[in-house]
Amino acid sequence: MSFAAGLFYVMAALAVVTALGMVLNLRNTVAGAMCLVVTMISLAVIYVVLDAHFVAVLQIMVYAGAILVLFLFVVMLLNLRSDAFTPSRATAPKVVGAAVGVAVLAAFLAKLPDALPKVAEIPADFGSYRQVGLALYRDYVVPFEVASFLLLAAVVGAVVLAKRRLS
Amino acid sequence: MDLWTVVRALFIILVVVAAFAPVITWVERKQSAVMQDRIGANRADIGGITVLGLLHPLADVLKLITKEDFVPAGANRFLHALAPIIAAIPAIIGFAVIPYGATYQFPGHEPFTLVGADLDWGLLYIFAIGSLATYGSVLAGWASNSNWGMLGSLRASAQMISYEVTMGLSVVGVFMVYQTLELTDMAVAQDSTFHLFGFLETFGLVKTLPGWLSFAQLPFWGVFVQPLAFVMFLTCIMAENKRPPFDAPEGESEIVAGYFMEYSGMRFGLFYMSEFIEIVVIAGLLTALFFGGWSIPYLSKDELIAGMTPVMGVGLATALTMVAHVATFLLKVVIMIWLQMQIRWTLPRFRYDQIMDLCWKIILPLSLVNIFVTGAVILLVKGAP
Amino acid sequence: MVVPLEHVIGLSAILFTIGTVGALTRRNLVVILMSIELMLNAVNLSLVGFSRAFGEVDGHVFVLMVITVAAAEVAVGLGIVISLFRNRDSVNVEDVSLLKW
Repeated sequence: MSFAAGLFYVMAALAVVTALGMVLNLRNTVAGAMCLVVTMISLAVIYVVLDAHFVAVLQIMVYAGAILVLFLFVVMLLNLRSDAFTPSRATAPKVVGAAVGVAVLAAFLAKLPDALPKVAEIPADFGSYRQVGLALYRDYVVPFEVASFLLLAAVVGAVVLAKRRLS
Repeated sequence: MDLWTVVRALFIILVVVAAFAPVITWVERKQSAVMQDRIGANRADIGGITVLGLLHPLADVLKLITKEDFVPAGANRFLHALAPIIAAIPAIIGFAVIPYGATYQFPGHEPFTLVGADLDWGLLYIFAIGSLATYGSVLAGWASNSNWGMLGSLRASAQMISYEVTMGLSVVGVFMVYQTLELTDMAVAQDSTFHLFGFLETFGLVKTLPGWLSFAQLPFWGVFVQPLAFVMFLTCIMAENKRPPFDAPEGESEIVAGYFMEYSGMRFGLFYMSEFIEIVVIAGLLTALFFGGWSIPYLSKDELIAGMTPVMGVGLATALTMVAHVATFLLKVVIMIWLQMQIRWTLPRFRYDQIMDLCWKIILPLSLVNIFVTGAVILLVKGAP
Repeated sequence: MVVPLEHVIGLSAILFTIGTVGALTRRNLVVILMSIELMLNAVNLSLVGFSRAFGEVDGHVFVLMVITVAAAEVAVGLGIVISLFRNRDSVNVEDVSLLKW
């Protein structure tokens, strides 16, 4: 097994463990967020293994570097200490949730073996910022522009929602 | 990507950065002493030998290691221990993509480039790990269960997220000029000159540049073609480093010491050290982006090798050029470090709202204008693609 | 491709399931948002995997769009969390069931 393949499996295991840590960590929201940070970073390493260099950098910059810092910021701003939030005692939602999860996973994995494409050959600079940039600005200009409007709407929405009062 | 690249990059980073950082603490003390009309650190000695106070970093480390390692009550012990390490790692690995020399080819050997890791993401790598540096300061304040620390963390996270955005936008103009994100290619592109009055020719104001004007040449450096980007990037990256005048997250007159308030001993030392390592990384980055990296002004690499070859042969000429380039790079880095020190000891701390206003209301619009103007000029000079 | 595509998609499915279960069972609004982020990331992983398999970068562009949507969603979602906390002093989703019949 090559170095890259070994890296993939190590990072995959790390991602699953930390994702479970985030979901099962009932008391400490900050620790959960930190688990998710590790998930994001290990996914970024997996992207590098899958020749998606630009996406990997974006994953770290946007997800790990901005979105999850925002989560941490809010958790700290609201001061959600470990004793401020007691876990639910009800078992029914958990059972139903777990059942749905297992069903979804089974459905995915059952479909898996017969539905996959053949692996194609790729050019040397596959997934570089040049390639993605060309695709983004030539073939997907309109979605790109729409996305910028989406972000603008989100900025305005977030400010309006989080502002204490509008005078 | 293979294991060898990773190992080589780590080795170079550790050697370069670890050699610089302790000296910089000494430089900082001496610089502040000069600016405040004092003598500065000169007492630490071994058997009466003080070497201009250069033994102070050693004494500092000894003191930090032997101090009590205090963890406050109610702190999250794991995250409290982890935070300084998270703060230090991004600072240390940042140097990996900064080229400290060109690509050289000795006769009979493969060409090689003097850079820790020649990644095609280049500058994006720096941005990515820079964005991870936020976690160190955010977790430090939260994990130590202290209100001052928490306030410092909130300030640090807001400041760093905000300045990341503008830092990225402020250098887009540089990407556009050099048509690359890779720092190695950028340094190669800057290893040339341009005519200061070349625009007269481009816009058809004169047919050919008269001789006395064509002598006015400048190195094709970022600071000359993108001066606004240089000022904005310097501001943003100094704010990212959270040193004065942008040290509101640790502003000792308001929130005692900010996010690392509950840290002592070597854990505090790690925060302190990562700031100083970041100074080196910032200096290297500014050099690579705006001051031509390893290039010697008015003397490009090929000219240098070609000029020396008749005298001493290709091999020795290449070796001498390599040494000259690395020395030039180090000299530029030292100057950039000095510039940061100068700013740090000249300006008083900004108020927190001033820091935020500077980011969102001044630098962000200016960087967008810079991108627009740069694009327009490139379109005029080169024509539509 | 250094690993079989099945393993990439399998990992994506596992992460998506974990995210689904988290979003369905947790009551902390912040954790629910994080679980949704995890689901989006699982989708991104499968997009990157398929993109690699087909040898086209279109999947990477989709990932960019997903990241944009995620950023927008988090900004608005956390804005809602903050204003909710101001009004109800809680981020428990069971405390905001007023509109439920």
